[in-house]
Amino acid sequence: MNNCILEMKGIKKYFYGVKALDGVDFKIRTGEVHALIGENGAGKSTLVKILAGVYQPTAGTIIFHDKPVQFPSPLFSQQAGISVIHQEATMFLELSVTENIFMGHHIINKSNGLLSWEEMKDKTQSLLDKLELDIRPDTKVRNLSVAQRHMVEIAKALSLNARIVIMDEPTSALTIKEVEYLYKIIRKLKSEGKAIIFISHKFEEISEIADYFTVLRDGKYIGEGKIADVSIDKIIQMVIGRSLKHMYPKLEAEQGDIILKVENLTKIGIFKNISFELHKGEILGFFGLVGAGRSEVMQTIFGIEPMTSGGVFINGKKVKITNPEDAMNYGLAYIPEDRQLQGAILEMNIKENITLPIIDRISRHIFLDRVREFEITDEYGKYIEIKASGWDQLVENLSGGNQQKVVLAKWIVTKPRILIMDEPTKGIDVATKATVHNFISELAKQGIAIILISSELTEILGMSNNIVVMHEGVVTAKFTREEANSEKIIKAAIGSISK
Amino acid sequence: MMSLFKKREFNLFVFILFIIFGVSLRNPNFLDINNFVDILNDTAILSIVAIGQLMVIVTGGIDLSVGSSVALTGMSVALLNQYYPGIPIFMIILISIAIGLLLGSINGLLVSLGKIPPIITTLGTMSIYRGLVFVLCKGTWVSAHEMTEVFRGFPRRSFLGISSLIFISILIVILFLIFLNLTKTGREIYGVGGNKIASQYVGINLKKIQYIVFTLCGGITGLAGFLWVARYAAAQSETAIGFELQTIAACVIGGVSIIGGSGTIIGVILGAFFMGIVYNALTMINVSPFWQMAIQGFIILFAIIINTVMDKRNQQLMLRRRSFNE
Repeated sequence: MNNCILEMKGIKKYFYGVKALDGVDFKIRTGEVHALIGENGAGKSTLVKILAGVYQPTAGTIIFHDKPVQFPSPLFSQQAGISVIHQEATMFLELSVTENIFMGHHIINKSNGLLSWEEMKDKTQSLLDKLELDIRPDTKVRNLSVAQRHMVEIAKALSLNARIVIMDEPTSALTIKEVEYLYKIIRKLKSEGKAIIFISHKFEEISEIADYFTVLRDGKYIGEGKIADVSIDKIIQMVIGRSLKHMYPKLEAEQGDIILKVENLTKIGIFKNISFELHKGEILGFFGLVGAGRSEVMQTIFGIEPMTSGGVFINGKKVKITNPEDAMNYGLAYIPEDRQLQGAILEMNIKENITLPIIDRISRHIFLDRVREFEITDEYGKYIEIKASGWDQLVENLSGGNQQKVVLAKWIVTKPRILIMDEPTKGIDVATKATVHNFISELAKQGIAIILISSELTEILGMSNNIVVMHEGVVTAKFTREEANSEKIIKAAIGSISK
Repeated sequence: MMSLFKKREFNLFVFILFIIFGVSLRNPNFLDINNFVDILNDTAILSIVAIGQLMVIVTGGIDLSVGSSVALTGMSVALLNQYYPGIPIFMIILISIAIGLLLGSINGLLVSLGKIPPIITTLGTMSIYRGLVFVLCKGTWVSAHEMTEVFRGFPRRSFLGISSLIFISILIVILFLIFLNLTKTGREIYGVGGNKIASQYVGINLKKIQYIVFTLCGGITGLAGFLWVARYAAAQSETAIGFELQTIAACVIGGVSIIGGSGTIIGVILGAFFMGIVYNALTMINVSPFWQMAIQGFIILFAIIINTVMDKRNQQLMLRRRSFNE
């Protein structure tokens, strides 16, 4: 294989004796999209960070263009032509698009030694044109959408003449339309001979865009191959080390009376005339593109944001909810999308996090009842299978999937009658996902009414009794489980039914 | 226009015009050109030190030692002038900058290599530098008659029709406008403050940037130390007490984000000028000195609140527009 651009052999990385990577092999050729697959904690990020020069391997060799190389710092890896598009949080929000692209390698005017803003802006504009992006070089990145920010990162990689572009879960915050656009860009890069390492949890995506795959599990190399040669089931088996029978547990919950009714809910400029009904024991799926207004509707119902007009009825009675405390008194619970920012308090331990919403109930006078706290945590923690060294472990030391479980448990202890979940499985691995899905079904069976916001089509189709689709702040379609299929839902989500 | 006066700076500018208009209704003398020259002279030192503070704050740090540094450099050069009156004035200026650079680089080393948070570092050096002033002067003053005529006359000396104090400030402003906007290091200062992790990924040396901003801030502060004692023709142990808070206030009023990553020189200059105007105006309209400080604080808070509210509204408008364009 002469066009093999990068080969990593026997890569090991130990952190204080913990084997994050234990003899991993990886190779990629030019003009190839290579999926790096594994559960959270499998070692994908560590491998990427070694390639990016952020970590140094404990053992192993990296061969780049037939020569052994070392990347002592990110600068070296960048100059060699490796660009990493990190999942999030690697942009300068207060600075312009141009500056984000050129930070670290500003263009300097040779005659006076000062920065040449004109040239940088021109180059940025041509990169944006190439990516068919309708944004201005002067725009502050803070004012861009998540998808646009990703594209700016790609533009940056192009400006660095990257030969290997690593994308760490690039689609996790994107909508279908944006994902398709991303695919188009990836294919374009591929045709220009760039090698792309694509990290993802979503198997549909992998089979759609990748040519080859490498699977890691628990820091070990499990196998690699051509996507075309193997079935998705086979890959899943490699990833989790066993076969996964029930990806989406069948719903058998009995649907009861209407518990929540929303009528013509409107918030000017964000969404308008939202109406739907929710029954006891029902899972109501909300699908739409990012920015369709789903989360905003739920935040308004939950009293975080004020409404302009409309009505919310609980058990047939019109209620006025002006803050989350009101909402909780009516039996509502809202699990937000960003578990790190809004859900869990990372510096606190599992016990404290889970019992936070019911802190009144486990206090005696002014003292906390530590025994009660432990009992409740133990009950729910075991129920939802949180993997931790003990209930005293800090949440920040848990894996992403387990953090998500803590957030779930935290809201379940409040014994809500209506549970709103915003992207509950975003960015978590297959096995954890299955636990969370099981758990959601279980809750529905107990008669809790659930609203499930998700951007993953299979999840919406697999979990929901009924489905509401939104586009740009309005409901474009409603389906029952039987009526729904992916084509109809996507059409409604991109607004082609209403227009 | 908009590129020079970014939105936030523009708001502040309008607010300043508004105050000028209001005060001139009560006391027309306020509009006198000489009065404005006075205000400029009064705010010149604050402006330049606030630029140093700006650079530190943009990286996400803070420098509480600038007041003490002004006093220490000021006292050092004043004593130098008293005992060795023969040293030419340009040497005095260079020495003051050198002392400032030294004091700043101590802060910089503690923060970058010592990994001590800036607020703790400079809280410590604030006391140390102030303590050294006492050690140097042994509790006495250097007063006007002990300074040479050239020394204390320097800030008032006219150069091309304007005082050298204002002239030097303008020079510093231009120099740092170029540094922050047209050099790689200048932009990296904004990068580090905006996102430390991202900066690391693009190969910016965080420690180097931290060292540079504290040292440069020190250098400016040192120069300000000389200008201060010369202008007030006195070097005391209490010189510039609380001055660090004024520089921080000028930054915040000028729209500098206290968590780092954003802030402009134009904004900071307007912020310093705003504080000068408020102080001057309260005297001009005969507000009782007992009340001046409280009212000053109130107006500063008011300016910041207005600025923040406007900023938030702009951002919401932006978001709204975006959600419908997609």
